[in-house]
This record gives sequence, structure tokens and C-alpha cells, in this order.
Amino acid sequence: MPAVGTYFYNIFHSLYTVIVGMKITIKHLFTHSATVQYPTVKMKIPERARNRLYVNIDDCIGCDQCSMACPVDCITIDTIKSTPDVDLGLTSKNTKKRLYVPRFDIDIAKCCYCGLCVWPCPTDCIVMTDVYEFSEFDRKKLIYSFSNMSTDEIAGAQERLKKYDEEQAAKKAAVKAAAPITPPSSKPESSAS
Amino acid sequence: MEIIQKLFANELIVSILLSLLPLVFIIAYALVVLYTEMKVAAHIQDRVAYMRTGWHGLLQPIADMLKLLQKEDIIPDKADKLLFRLAPIIAFVGTYAAYAVLPFSSIYIGSNINLGAFFLVAVGSLVVVGILMAGWASNNKWSLFGGVRSAAQMISYEIPTAIAIIIVVMITGSLNLQDVTKFQDGGIGNWVVFGGPSPWLQKLMLMPFTIITFFILFVSSIAEVNRTPFDLPEAESELVQGFNTEYSGMRFAMFYLSEYANLFTVSAVGIALFLGGWSSPFGTFMSGPVWGIFWFVAKAYIFVLVQIWVRWTLPRLRVDQLMYVSWKVLTPWLFVCLLSVGLILVL
Ligand code: SF4
Ligand code: SF4
Repeated sequence: MPAVGTYFYNIFHSLYTVIVGMKITIKHLFTHSATVQYPTVKMKIPERARNRLYVNIDDCIGCDQCSMACPVDCITIDTIKSTPDVDLGLTSKNTKKRLYVPRFDIDIAKCCYCGLCVWPCPTDCIVMTDVYEFSEFDRKKLIYSFSNMSTDEIAGAQERLKKYDEEQAAKKAAVKAAAPITPPSSKPESSAS
Repeated sequence: MEIIQKLFANELIVSILLSLLPLVFIIAYALVVLYTEMKVAAHIQDRVAYMRTGWHGLLQPIADMLKLLQKEDIIPDKADKLLFRLAPIIAFVGTYAAYAVLPFSSIYIGSNINLGAFFLVAVGSLVVVGILMAGWASNNKWSLFGGVRSAAQMISYEIPTAIAIIIVVMITGSLNLQDVTKFQDGGIGNWVVFGGPSPWLQKLMLMPFTIITFFILFVSSIAEVNRTPFDLPEAESELVQGFNTEYSGMRFAMFYLSEYANLFTVSAVGIALFLGGWSSPFGTFMSGPVWGIFWFVAKAYIFVLVQIWVRWTLPRLRVDQLMYVSWKVLTPWLFVCLLSVGLILVL
């Protein structure tokens, strides 16, 4: 194209593109805006959205699988073995609970909401909820404790376990005294012959 | 005007009151335009802008204003203190002086001087001085760049503006804006943009040139108020905030106000020259001094709305493109218009 032609072409082309652009913007001026007035109006979150964790501690058997699955190690679980004389009841899936869970802390500030802790749980008691507004001014408040045991109950459980262990040890010692032959020591000899 | 003169016999009080009138108008108008701009910008981008302060955020501009007034006034250590303080005042005075010759209504014009249009162009360049001063005094490279760009831009674009004004003056035969408006009175057909109230053959011949002139005046007026797509002086992505980067509080508010006041001035000039000023578009229907104010402000508001619309559509030009548009497109085209209009008027 000769220079003069380019000059006129450029002018009309730029005018044309300006008009195209302005047509688009005026169309958007009158379309419904996409904004949601958030705190008063909330968007529906997807069904499988991952937000704050919740642990139904009554169903937890203290198996520690969720804590092991967690990539950032933000779940801390302590357990105490129960003695045979106490019945901790059944979970909703009819498994027998054998462990006390005196401590079940999730540091939600570290949690990356990957959901990896949810799948291994044998009793489906650690779940994702749809709560996503839980900011705090103090970081310590973001460590959620789900255990429902009081200090007295924990102390009692530990006491009972200790007593039970001592009883068991005493029983074992009594059995040992009654039967002096020790099979383990004879084992290497039998393997040698 | 006469009413106020009768109310207060004293000359001085009358002139003070009359000169304060536009200031009240500018502040009220700036609030409205601020709100409109935010809302239009938001809706163009499918957002909603202010929603919390008052019904649909109506009180937000007032809150913004109050906030700006309360803010600390910071002057940089290494700045040229005197120029720094003076710059916003000069920029605002330059803008404000232009209001003296704007014909708001058939009975209200600050100063009915014969050189109205010329005065506008002259006083308009005072703003450049203020901006350049601000950029220089801030002692900050972004501000300096902004100031220099602004000066280059406003000086280049004053030429198309001036030629466009000359074309109108040739058609109407007067530099007095009140006379220019009176010339166009009597309905939409008499507006200069449609050839003015001349015999129909002449009108038909004038029309293409007047429309092009009006369009060019519109483009250069956007450039003169430093708005997108010609907002190089305050290009946020390159220069932070341009010449007013270092300003805060009251002084920043002054620049802000002067920008919005300038926006109205260029719209008002466009309207007074091309779109019949305060005259009603329906001939005698809805015309009169009070309707005059209404038409003037309403037309200016529509003009401003289009400027806002353009602002939120187009990206920013490059510096060389900016100069190209002014010197290689607008000015030659205006010369063609000038010659043609002159020939047609002589014939
Ligand atoms: S969601 Fe992921 S990061 Fe959070 S507790 Fe579960 S496994 Fe750990
Ligand atoms: S995986 Fe489930 S049952 Fe096991 S400790 Fe975690 S929450 Fe409790």
C-alpha cells in the first residue's frame, strides 16, 4: 500500500477499532454485574469443596492414620490404651473402640486443605465441612482441639492403665516363676543342631 | 445575576459571591462525577463499585472527600518547598479562571468579555505550569517524567483545540462565548456541529467539516485533561501517579478537584462552541434562563459520560503515538477543515 493509503487506512482502522471497543464496553455497562455482596450474600460452594475439618471424636478409634497421611503434620494425636474392664462403646460402623483419645489437635493454620486425612479414616469421622470463615487475630486460636476428655478423665485412664500394666507384669512374673525353663534361650541351640 | 446585585448593594460583595458560585458548583459537580465515574467504570467491568455507604454507595464520594481533607499533608524533605506548595494552587487557579467565561445560562456568565474563547485557551495553559511545577518541585523522577510528559502533551494538543475554536469563531463571527451560544439558539438544527443557522445549502456543505472539527475537539479535549487514552502524565503502571506522586492530603485533593473541574471546562467549551450551550435542543420549548442552566449542565454531563466511557474502553497510547495523533492527524485535518470552512463562508 502506498504511504498515503496507509495513512488513511490507519486513521479509519483505528476509528473502527475504537468503535468496536466502545460497543463492547457499553454492552457490559448494561449487563448484570458478576459481583456478589459477599458477607450478606454468599455463593453456593461446590459439594466437594474442602474447607475446615471437623472430627467426630465419638467415632474416632485413635488409629492415627489421618495424622500419618497428613503431608504437613498438623494433626497431633495422643492415645491411651483402655483396660479390658472398661467398655468404650462402638463406633457408628460397629467397630469396637479400644483407645482413649486424650488429645486430638489440628493446627488449622498449617492445614493446606488437601483432604488426604479424610480418606484413610476407617470410621469416616474426620470430615470436611463447609465452614470457611474462621479467621482469628491470635494464631494459637487456630489450633483446634477435638478431644472431649477432661484432665481428670485422662488422669483416671492413665491410672487404670498403669495399674493394669502392673497387674499384668505381676501376673507374668508369677507365670515366669512357675515355669523356670526359658524357651527363648534354647532357640539358638536348636537352630545350630 | 441582577437579583444578587439588588440584594447586596455593595459591588465587592456581589463580585465575591459571583466568583464563589462556580466553586460551589465545582465541588458538588466533582462529587457527582466521582460517583458516576466509579459506577460506570465498575459496571463496564461487570462489577458494582461502592455498595455500603448509603444507598448504592451514594455517600462514598463525600466520605472520600472528608478522608482526603483529614489526611496528613506530607512535603518531601528534598522537595522545593515553595514551588511544591504553589503548584496545586496554580493548577487549580488556572482551571478555575476558565469558569469566568463559561456561559452557564443566558443571564449568568462570570465575565462577559469579548475574548472569551481566547481567554479559555490562554488560561488553560496555566494548568500546564502548575503540573510542570509539581513535577519539578517533587524532586522525584516519576513526578518529573509526568510533568514533562504532561507539558509536551498539553502544548501539542492546545493547537488542535485552538484551531477548532477558530473554526467556530469563523462560523459564528464572535469570540464571546455568550454570543456564540446565542448564535446557536433555536433548536438542535442551529447548532454549529450541524452547520449553524445558515441557509441550507451552506449548512449542508459545512456539516461534514463541522462534525469532523467537533470530533477532533473532543479528542484533543480528552488529551488536555490527561485522561485515558491520553493519560501518559499519570500512567500508573509506568509513573506511579505521575506529577502528583508526592502529594497527599489537601494538596492532592486540589489536583484532583482541578482535574475534575478541568473535565467540566473542556466539556463546557465543546458544548458552548458546538452543541448550543445553554440553548434548548427543542427551540423555544423548555428554554429560559433556568432551563438554560439545566441544559448546560446536562449536556456537559453527557459529554463527561462519553469521556468516562472512552476512558474505560481504550488502552493508553505510547508517547510517539500521542505525538503522531496530534501533529500528523488532528492538526492537518483541522487545517483542511479550516480552509474549507473559510471557502464555504466566503462563497
Ligand atoms: S487436609 Fe491435608 S493438611 Fe489438612 S489436616 Fe488433613 S491431611 Fe493435613
Ligand atoms: S483416621 Fe479417623 S479414626 Fe483414625 S485417628 Fe484419625 S480420625 Fe480417628
